[in-house]
Amino acid sequence: MSHTKIAVSGVHKVFETKKGDVSVLDGVELEVREGEFLAVVGPSGCGKSTLLNCMAGFERVSTGSIRIDGEEVVHPSPKRVFVFQEPGILPWFSVWDNIGFGLGKMSFEAKHEIVMRFIRLVGLEGFEKAFPSELSGGMKQRVEFARALAVEPDVLYLDEPFGALDALTRLEMRAEILRIWRETKKTCILVTHDVEEAVELADRVAVMTRRPATIHSILENPLPRPRDASHPEFRDLKERIFDILGVRRPESPSAT
Amino acid sequence: MSLRKIFSATVGFAIFIGLWELGTHGNSVGDLPSPWMTLRGLGQVAAQGVLWENIIASVFRVAWGFCLAAAVGIPLGIALGWYPRLRETLNPLVQSLRPISPIAWLPFAVIMFGGHALSSDLSAIFLLFLSAFFPIVTASTSATASLDLKYIRSARNFGVNGLDLFRRVILPAALPQILTGLRLALGISWVVVVAAEMLGVETGLGYQVMDSRNALRMDYVAAAMLVIAVIGLLLDTGMARLESTVLARRGLSRK
Repeated sequence: MSHTKIAVSGVHKVFETKKGDVSVLDGVELEVREGEFLAVVGPSGCGKSTLLNCMAGFERVSTGSIRIDGEEVVHPSPKRVFVFQEPGILPWFSVWDNIGFGLGKMSFEAKHEIVMRFIRLVGLEGFEKAFPSELSGGMKQRVEFARALAVEPDVLYLDEPFGALDALTRLEMRAEILRIWRETKKTCILVTHDVEEAVELADRVAVMTRRPATIHSILENPLPRPRDASHPEFRDLKERIFDILGVRRPESPSAT
Repeated sequence: MSLRKIFSATVGFAIFIGLWELGTHGNSVGDLPSPWMTLRGLGQVAAQGVLWENIIASVFRVAWGFCLAAAVGIPLGIALGWYPRLRETLNPLVQSLRPISPIAWLPFAVIMFGGHALSSDLSAIFLLFLSAFFPIVTASTSATASLDLKYIRSARNFGVNGLDLFRRVILPAALPQILTGLRLALGISWVVVVAAEMLGVETGLGYQVMDSRNALRMDYVAAAMLVIAVIGLLLDTGMARLESTVLARRGLSRK
């Protein structure tokens, strides 16, 4: 088994609000393995995104620790890049400038080579000079992925990255992120409320409880990829997650 | 502009001019002037050459006041928007000074800049500076304070900090709202310049209004008003163009 990349231990997060303190995370324990695709699912508002924000260094934990390769996370770093739901790419920059955004100071040639490599990786050749407003939702998401990957991070945090896309594009982007994950071997942590998406993509699915949240259980997903959502084992895993989440579902039609 | 819109606008103007003519028909130059007298007056002041000097004087003062206000107001506004403590300290003060009409500062302006060779210009420019300064600061502050957290976070995520963060993220993100503030400020300045030139100066369109009034040439007063309207419209159109060019580049064109 590959070694632990990220260790979340005893993480509590309390937000101070006008109405008093709100405890969002209540002792989260989680280990993420190097190179794995982990999905975190949970009821909406349970603190999934808060957990991800803490893991990225945007928020500090109240107590407990988050370590990546043994090092405490205290601030954001290009070694772990966050992919936003509504693309965080900058509307005033072209595709080229957006993908080169995090590359820092380097010669034009060096930058161009990297940018073009990642433009090819996400299949946006010919759109280097386009502005985000000229792109579809799926294409913007590709730019966001390319921008994240261009800085060669170890870890990708995906916060409901497909939430703003239409259903068809969402399916396409799921396949795309799997391909990118396989080609780049990054450790990916996906936060989603879409159980099917989690089961389709992840090696393991961590299920969170309601707020104040802990990890209820972590389910292994040994199904080979590409995964077929109508496969009995796929559906079985989905049902188990829904059970943990306490979602009452209508009798599912007998297996076809 | 579509043909239909041009037609509608023409109808609006025609009705206005018709009513104006009805109300002023047969008046002398010392009374409310008719549209025709206004046009004739305009031709006369244009032929005398003073009109051009007055236009240049007014535009010159507005340009100085506006540019100085932008040079001080944009950086200050961005700083207020970015640093909450600074905003808590200075914004209440800014917002309390803002409702004071710049014209009320005129007596102080005369004292502050009096005796100087350019004193009349300087006090007018000071008033124009004030009239443009507050809308610009306010727009820049709110633009910066309401920046999309997502952009700031992703910049920090990629290690983009300091001047780079300002140049590549904060300024472009705040720019559309700042431009709206600039447009508003220029409009207000153009309104204020006329009042600012009614006292203590001997050039400018505001002076022309007062001077014509003293000479009991109401047709010249109306001619000056007509010129003020046209130039104000041109300035606003120019700013609107600038705004939509910047926005169009981002696909944010405004309807």
